[in-house]
Amino acid sequence: MAAAGEAAAAPAAGQIEPRHGLRVFLIWLPLALVADLVIWFVWGPHLPPGGMSSSALSQQVDITVMAVMAAPVMLVVFVYSGYALIVWRHREGDDEDGPPIHNNTRISGAWIAGTTVIVLSLFVYGTVELILPAGAGAGEGNTPIWRPSGGTPLQVQVIGQQWRWTYRYPQFGGFETTDLVLPVGQNVQFNVTSLDVIHSFSAYQLGVKADANPGVNNVAYTHTLHTGAVMVRCFELCGLWHADMTTSGQVVSVGAFRAWTAATRVQLAALTSNLPPYALTYDANSIKQLGKAFTSVGLTGAGGGYYGPQYPVQP
Amino acid sequence: MSLPARAVTLLVAFLAVVAGGVFVVIHYLLGGPPTVDFTAGASGQVNMTMQSDASSNPKVVTDHPTWVSYFIKSPQTGAWVHTTLFNVPAHTRVNVTILGYDGSTPIRNQVWGHVTGTIGGVAYYGGKPVTTVNGWNGPYLIQHTFAIPGINLNVPVEAGPGTCLTGPCTNKAHSTTTFSFMSPSAGVYRWQCFIPCGLSFLDGNGGPMQTIGYMTGNMTVVS
Repeated sequence: MAAAGEAAAAPAAGQIEPRHGLRVFLIWLPLALVADLVIWFVWGPHLPPGGMSSSALSQQVDITVMAVMAAPVMLVVFVYSGYALIVWRHREGDDEDGPPIHNNTRISGAWIAGTTVIVLSLFVYGTVELILPAGAGAGEGNTPIWRPSGGTPLQVQVIGQQWRWTYRYPQFGGFETTDLVLPVGQNVQFNVTSLDVIHSFSAYQLGVKADANPGVNNVAYTHTLHTGAVMVRCFELCGLWHADMTTSGQVVSVGAFRAWTAATRVQLAALTSNLPPYALTYDANSIKQLGKAFTSVGLTGAGGGYYGPQYPVQP
Repeated sequence: MSLPARAVTLLVAFLAVVAGGVFVVIHYLLGGPPTVDFTAGASGQVNMTMQSDASSNPKVVTDHPTWVSYFIKSPQTGAWVHTTLFNVPAHTRVNVTILGYDGSTPIRNQVWGHVTGTIGGVAYYGGKPVTTVNGWNGPYLIQHTFAIPGINLNVPVEAGPGTCLTGPCTNKAHSTTTFSFMSPSAGVYRWQCFIPCGLSFLDGNGGPMQTIGYMTGNMTVVS
């Protein structure tokens, strides 16, 4: 009986082990092709943040590329796991240990080479995608190194304060308004700053996000491609009403933008005359009129200036 | 220690922890300033009177009497209520009167010296119409703003001739700022002061600027 049992457990003479690797590859390949085609042509065009601006569009493409790269890797894991569960499942009466696993240089080499190629190619792609769309809509600090080509961009100063955004248009007389309006088909330069604490300006549909720091000018670029509504939010926890620090903006036709700037310039003329001269930041202590106002009422600190020793700062 | 003594000690300690938890929930989470209701009996329009004070009577405002604060006059009792929460009916004209018992605080951003969102785009200082106020050079001085960003309402409030330190105040030396606006659809709309007036807090922010019941609150619009 013992001899008969050993004979049954041993591989049959001449039985050839299937080429499991080839099988897994042949199952994986069509699935990966279909998945990537679906991601690129069906899912990708609907991915956020959309295509309203050059920076938004580049972010949408970047997310699509990441998904196209990730899907085959994910499918390798799923296909191999499924194949192993089915082909190498435990069978009735088979209590034998599996064969010992030794290093397979080809598999190890292929794994290292494959992951290296994927990571390095994404590194190169990501760097190029940061440079070509002029910073990809992110804040580049006070001295941006990636600028859009094609003439002087529209300047829009974004001013954060607890808890609202205001926008100043220095090329149109320097008026300041709570409305963000941009023309379509135009390079836009956002100069982002804050009057009090740290905020973060995010124009979601434009793919623009730049921190708003007091005393700092943070520059971000984009190029508007389509008209539509823009949701502006603060992305930096900034106090009691942080979650409510939202406004809606618009990308409109060039004609509508010109009409809006002309009308707003006239409408806000009295207010504009009260504003301090346009500057990249507005330090309360360097605005002469504000300093005089503080002195005249005997106040320091409240209102955005620094405190004198008579007003110890509370947390 | 005997078994009964240990059991009693454990029970007392447990009850103390429970009582502490209940206190925290009631005092800090469920507590807060009251809401002044302008919806009851409202017909056609609502008249709301507020006052702003440099500081408050510590017998009235026990938490932070040294903070600058708003008060709202109850339409039911006529008493001044230390709160910044109020209810108004939807799509109704709201006539606001703010009595200014605080001195001038220079405005940080002149944008908030521009009147927006009111009926006629105007506010009145002692009956005189104003649309844009220079918060730095006058002729009017500003103490605070009353702003509801959700409906783009912003009104700079004229500084009082003096400063009342024991709010709510009833003496005659005050400024009077009036304006009207149409309440929007039902919902909760935050309002706030845009002049960082938290004296002794960093850059004027913090303290009363960040605390409901002082310089910011909610307008609840009821349909």
